[in-house]
Amino acid sequence: MSVESLVSQLKSGLDAPICLTWELTYACNLQCVHCLSSSGQRDPRELTTAEAKHVLDELHDLQVFYINIGGGEPMVRRDFFELLEYSISKGIGVKFSTNGAFIDADKARRLAAMDYLDIQISLDGTDAVTNDAVRGTGSYDLAIRAMEHLRDANFGPFKISVVVTRHNVDQLDEFKALADEYGAQLRVTRLRPSGRGADSWHDLHPTNAQQRQIYNWLLDHGDSVLTGDSFFHLNALGEEPLPGLNMCGAGRVVCLIDPIGDVYACPFVIHDEFKAGSVRDDGGFAKVWKQSDLFLELREPQSAGACGSCGSYDACQGGCMAAKFFTGLPLDGPDPECVNGYGEQLLDAVARELNPKPSMDHTKPVRVSLGTTRKPSDLVASS
Amino acid sequence: MSDTLPTAEADARLDAALELNPQVALRPEPFGALAYNYGNRRLVFLKHLDMVRVAKALVDNPSLRAALQACEIAPSRWPSFATAFESLKSSEVVRER
Repeated sequence: MSVESLVSQLKSGLDAPICLTWELTYACNLQCVHCLSSSGQRDPRELTTAEAKHVLDELHDLQVFYINIGGGEPMVRRDFFELLEYSISKGIGVKFSTNGAFIDADKARRLAAMDYLDIQISLDGTDAVTNDAVRGTGSYDLAIRAMEHLRDANFGPFKISVVVTRHNVDQLDEFKALADEYGAQLRVTRLRPSGRGADSWHDLHPTNAQQRQIYNWLLDHGDSVLTGDSFFHLNALGEEPLPGLNMCGAGRVVCLIDPIGDVYACPFVIHDEFKAGSVRDDGGFAKVWKQSDLFLELREPQSAGACGSCGSYDACQGGCMAAKFFTGLPLDGPDPECVNGYGEQLLDAVARELNPKPSMDHTKPVRVSLGTTRKPSDLVASS
Repeated sequence: MSDTLPTAEADARLDAALELNPQVALRPEPFGALAYNYGNRRLVFLKHLDMVRVAKALVDNPSLRAALQACEIAPSRWPSFATAFESLKSSEVVRER
């Protein structure tokens, strides 16, 4: 079977996801301006320990080999280690994303002693100024300290996860060197206009010239750098495709379980329009994955729409559904970062204030003078 | 599975006694199966249902050739299976016994 026919098989869906992201909580000690889940405060409806274990039982029955745990900051959950150990005991490997704040020397040793566990430390700059502008004051030091603890505990090759922006794109070589220094593996992913990212995307996303820079850099570094297959829209830049399957996996091989158990097509579309159901529904996660109207629809052949007449469509697949949705572009048209510039032309005509807003916003209110409360996203938008 | 090998090399590969790597789990899928190696955390696609049948039959047979026979795979397809299983060996889905 050729790669093309495998991709077409995958597009029609798998019996269970390959890559399942589970955000354990909306609570977070940070307030990153591009947070895809608008996290900050815990949601009182979050899954209980018993409910979370029941989901893990289901994933075990479905033979899901590993899950990606995130948040919010997943380590703030008091049952974090309990769930981690339960998952691994069920044969479900875990990779979790963290800002590192809660990895001290003791926790690093505890994590290093566990099998089938990967850790991903989020870092968006190789210096505090670049990183903290996006992730908040002090967050660079927290991440570096966690990396030091993991190295000292001989955790092995953890991952450093970078969201590529206009401001850190020139640091890709330095990120690679930093990862090498810590015996870590570098992961770089695409910035999406999801969650609070909807407000910051216009100021943070790479320019068109920088997109070519990213494409060339990724080609030079091949399989040694992970990308979560997130840059496939860049394939229209050249003959050589980036490593990976280069397809949108939403609802086909990928999905998201959010902290309250709602199931979305992918981590970047927390919006009612892409909600397939809940793990709390009768039939649980399995029924949502196998039978929800949304997922069945996503597994049907998708229309190229306005992109059908463009010679690049086979290479870029029209780009990212989430990126189009939250920037107000039609789903069957170009990506806002279409390398041929077709998305940019359309963006100019979009009334931004009418763009869809995420269905969940757990951003912490910030007290400012005169006793009024404002959210950091308002501050970004008005700055 | 279009690559074919010179006969002698293919013969040697067909005579190999193989088994599924004990760290590998197979998950059935419409196109074949997913193979996940918990040791190296690599995910490999078995892109044909016949590949899955043969992979599962390895344990009960003394060689890849015997497994192919047991699964009633036409001998004209054996060289391509020899190539495919060599690739599964290098990705540590199967190993020599």
